[in-house]
Amino acid sequence: MDIHVVGPEATAEERHAVDRLLGPPDGGWDGGVRDALLDGRASRGGRPAAVAQRHLLLPAFHAVQDRIGWVSRGAMNYICLRLTVPPAEAWGVLTFYHLFATEPRARTVAHVCDDLACRARGGEALCRELEAVMGPAGDVSALVGAAWQRSPCLGQCERAPAVMVVAAGEPPVRTVVAPASQAAEIVAAMATPATRGLRESLAELRQSVPQAGDPGLKLLRRVGVVDPTSLEAYRASGGYHALTRALALGPAGIISEVTSATLLGRGGAAFPTGKKWAAVAAEPALPHYVVCNADESEPGTFKDRVLMTGDPFAIVEAMTICGIATRSEKGFLYVRGEYPDAEHRIADAVVQARAAGLLGVDVAGSGHRFDIEVRRGAGAYICGEETALFNSLEGKRGEPRSKPPFPSQVGVFGQPTIVNNVETLANVLDILMTGGAAWAQTGTRASTGTRLFCVSGHVTTPGLYELPFGRTLGELMTLAGGVTGGRSLQAILLGGAAGMFVGPESLDLKLTFEDARAASLTLGSGVVMAFDDTADLADLLGRIAEFFEDESCGQCVPCRVGTVRQRELLDQVRAAGGTMTPERLHLLSELGQAMRDASICGLGQTASSAIESAVQRLHVFRAERVS
Amino acid sequence: MGGGTSSYREIEETDCILLWGSNARETHPIFFHHLLKGVKRGARLFAIDPRRTSSAQWADVWAGLDVGTDIALAHSMAREIIVSGLAHREFIAHATTGFDDYKASVLPWTLARGEVATGVPAGVIREMAQAFATAPRAMICWTLGITEHHNAVDNVLALINLALLCGHVGRWGSGINPLRGQNNVQGGGDMGALPDRLPGFQHVENDEVRATVERVWGVRVPPAKGLHLTGMFEAMEHGTLKALYVIGENPAQSEADQHRSVDLLRSLDLLVVQDVMHTATVDLADVALPAAAGAFESEGTFTSSERRVQRVRRAKAPPGECRDDLAIIFDMARHMGVAWGAPDAEQVWDELRAVSPVHAGMSYARLEAEGGLQWPCYDETHPGEAFLHGRLWERPVGGPRAPFSVVAHELPVEALDDEYPLRLTTGRRLAEYNTGVQTGGYASPVRRGETIDVSPEDAARLGLREGQAVRVRSRRGAVVAPVHIDHALRPGLTFMTLHFPDEVATNHLTIDAVDPKSGTAEFKAAAIRLEAVEG
Repeated sequence: MDIHVVGPEATAEERHAVDRLLGPPDGGWDGGVRDALLDGRASRGGRPAAVAQRHLLLPAFHAVQDRIGWVSRGAMNYICLRLTVPPAEAWGVLTFYHLFATEPRARTVAHVCDDLACRARGGEALCRELEAVMGPAGDVSALVGAAWQRSPCLGQCERAPAVMVVAAGEPPVRTVVAPASQAAEIVAAMATPATRGLRESLAELRQSVPQAGDPGLKLLRRVGVVDPTSLEAYRASGGYHALTRALALGPAGIISEVTSATLLGRGGAAFPTGKKWAAVAAEPALPHYVVCNADESEPGTFKDRVLMTGDPFAIVEAMTICGIATRSEKGFLYVRGEYPDAEHRIADAVVQARAAGLLGVDVAGSGHRFDIEVRRGAGAYICGEETALFNSLEGKRGEPRSKPPFPSQVGVFGQPTIVNNVETLANVLDILMTGGAAWAQTGTRASTGTRLFCVSGHVTTPGLYELPFGRTLGELMTLAGGVTGGRSLQAILLGGAAGMFVGPESLDLKLTFEDARAASLTLGSGVVMAFDDTADLADLLGRIAEFFEDESCGQCVPCRVGTVRQRELLDQVRAAGGTMTPERLHLLSELGQAMRDASICGLGQTASSAIESAVQRLHVFRAERVS
Repeated sequence: MGGGTSSYREIEETDCILLWGSNARETHPIFFHHLLKGVKRGARLFAIDPRRTSSAQWADVWAGLDVGTDIALAHSMAREIIVSGLAHREFIAHATTGFDDYKASVLPWTLARGEVATGVPAGVIREMAQAFATAPRAMICWTLGITEHHNAVDNVLALINLALLCGHVGRWGSGINPLRGQNNVQGGGDMGALPDRLPGFQHVENDEVRATVERVWGVRVPPAKGLHLTGMFEAMEHGTLKALYVIGENPAQSEADQHRSVDLLRSLDLLVVQDVMHTATVDLADVALPAAAGAFESEGTFTSSERRVQRVRRAKAPPGECRDDLAIIFDMARHMGVAWGAPDAEQVWDELRAVSPVHAGMSYARLEAEGGLQWPCYDETHPGEAFLHGRLWERPVGGPRAPFSVVAHELPVEALDDEYPLRLTTGRRLAEYNTGVQTGGYASPVRRGETIDVSPEDAARLGLREGQAVRVRSRRGAVVAPVHIDHALRPGLTFMTLHFPDEVATNHLTIDAVDPKSGTAEFKAAAIRLEAVEG
């Protein structure tokens, strides 16, 4: 490999942070101290070293960022030598992810969510207050030596507005403040981040899941009820019975149950899970991999976070079953960087499961080998797209791949890969316990089982709700206590930023895949974000347009250019007092069409859907009369 | 036959590559693309080079041997292969001769002795030996790091021995390949532009061959081989060579010990130089003949390192008084009283086919239709051959068996001592070619001029800074060059190129110790010291 490292060298602290992850360097060519007698005579490396180590690039950047607060050129150079990655490539990766800073900044930073749900619940006011107290975003405040900056959705929408405080150091602290009603609270958290500890106690979980304890719950049965930090408590509440059943069924039996349950993927694409599992199991090329997609970044979505913090062992157990069914011996759980508590809970559950022999070389004495590695994302919405996620796991920019080949044939590290959303996997446990056919009795014929809905915005009791498929949007709104303060409903965003806006006339929409499709809507990731009659929808559309402009990976021209043009167009319309000329309307729909037709991934294909739906269904902008 | 045994395609499909004395990443960048395809497919790459070059950075393992210890390393690997039971016994018995003598000659080369002689750790020698021997298919590729030594031919033979030992020759993906420096180095030799060869690499001292050629040409061919370039300089020194006709070479700057070569060129009665460029040798010429550029101003063929003959077409008329090489030579013949008619490249080519069996099947029509052909190509129905020496695997062996050669390790002629304690080795860089005749006229973003590259340790010991001018002195001369500190070098080893003879005449330093078998000078190993430049 051409590793032309030029420029600054890493500091001792940066080197220490990297070595903590990678172990000490092998010698001068590996970034260590040069020994002319040894290093002048032989070196190892080249492509094998590069191929073997590239996947550690993001973990190495995280190690430095966690310790120092940003990744200097010197630190990057050292990582390049350690991992045999050309600096130009490493720089391309480092600058791809929002959470990595490449310029010096305060060791403690507050990431303040200014996205849709937080915007509806005082996020902008909080930003203004912070600016008054701490100065402009990005500046190091004299007050606490820390800085604040805006952030896309932090996935804490049920307790908006939300702030994530990240304090670099040894050990680093990442803590979420939500709801963050006052700037003073955030300043205090930044002043003494280490004292805050972990969140998501049973009491907090019960706030996130208003139905907690309801005997009708399936996926959320244990959340807020069973201690999520205890493997014993999990087993006492029925945990790992599904694994026992799975081992009795064998791989073919497991897949048969999942297939007869007609479980559809809950990440947004609604693909039949059994079919995917069967495809990977049948691939002759080994090894196979399991990837749990926990990069839940769709604005308004927080279901996977609650599952991971509230019932982490269930996810570990479900991944293990998936591994056995698909002949995989290794699973990756890729959790977004904005979810410190979920990451910690899952990692802790993995450690406990391994210690109990439920992961490792001989899972529960069955002779099956399976283990899980938790990987942290670094702030990139696009990494929720499965092939972008693979690239990210491999230490690359999170750019989606062209399909085919599909992940079941060529997935992470070029191997057959089963990739499932957290919620999808969680369903597998119940399917095995009740039997696929019996499980499929819940819900409708085409939409079996229950569904998690992330209800946020202007509702009395925001939170995560579980309903069998087939209940109406109105019933869900009633369950959440209706619009806050009894005000009237203006709009609901269904499915997140990549979803669509509907008006009050859609409250009788049945929440199923087929009914949504028939109404040209999508359930997406289960986002139900309500806005009352005071909400400024034009402002929300502007934020959505900005979001897609920021998050487009830039790989396909239609999306890279289209998301910018779309945002510019909305700026123009808003600057013109909200008047939509026929020309602008035409341009907007042309942009959307071009992105739908010619983007390779879902980001570009859906980047205009919420905006177009609001313009067409809700007439957010005044149409200019043609005289 | 004198050529690489393998096709470019084969290096993409081999399993193990020994890149020996070659910085192909910079000096053969196109070939290196093919090599990288092999590496990406999973081939293991071992780079054997005193410097950790940019090629070595791509290698699984780099072995940094001392300059001029290639035979010691090859022998040590051979012993390891033999004593580990990894030699290809069946192939050796079937297709080779002289194994017992060879075995006896390498058995003293234990890993420990190999490490002492070469500086390469014993474990690395063992790893390379085992990887090469156990790979289903393996290649050895080399360039001037092997051949610019006083014992160049012995070096090559030591590598051929390794290939024979493991049966890595004569099969798809296994072979031994010298990488050629220019697009048509192979072709020049194939056409007979060698002192001991007739067209088709046929030996001039073979009466039968000479008789065939004389029949076609209608003239008598001198029965003894001629002088190679270094021999010519010696003959000039002895006064037996008085006139020289140079076509497309720049010996005033490309030869070792430059003071001596320029003096000798000046001493000639007549120097005729035919070139596309105004070289330093042209400045010494009595007659300069401006020539058309072979690549695009004349008709003909060239032959790549994989023995592929391809057509070259005239894309534009040469400028000014420049003329096609053929036209110049035909005219010269006419003045000497021989009427060869009008020059026509295809007729000349067909005459070559009549005397060179390996080219016999390559008509212009076929070369055009089939995108070139690889020799040997014996008749119009022969498809040409992707690799050579497949005959060694035939039962019985087609033709003579391949001989092992007993060669001895010899250090470079000029040993290091207190007076000249540093080893200078020379080479090329990506943006430049040899003395810069073909490259110096073009801008390059990566050109950095001549430097004396030294290890960080030597720089620290001698108190040298990056860019500081120093005087580099050998027993033959001295030049001044800026220092470049290079981690690719270990203490005691320094490096220069030959690319900028007008600014820094590196060949004032090099030694003209010559391999008697190949006529190549030992450009790779001189002894130098560094001196401060006052002012």
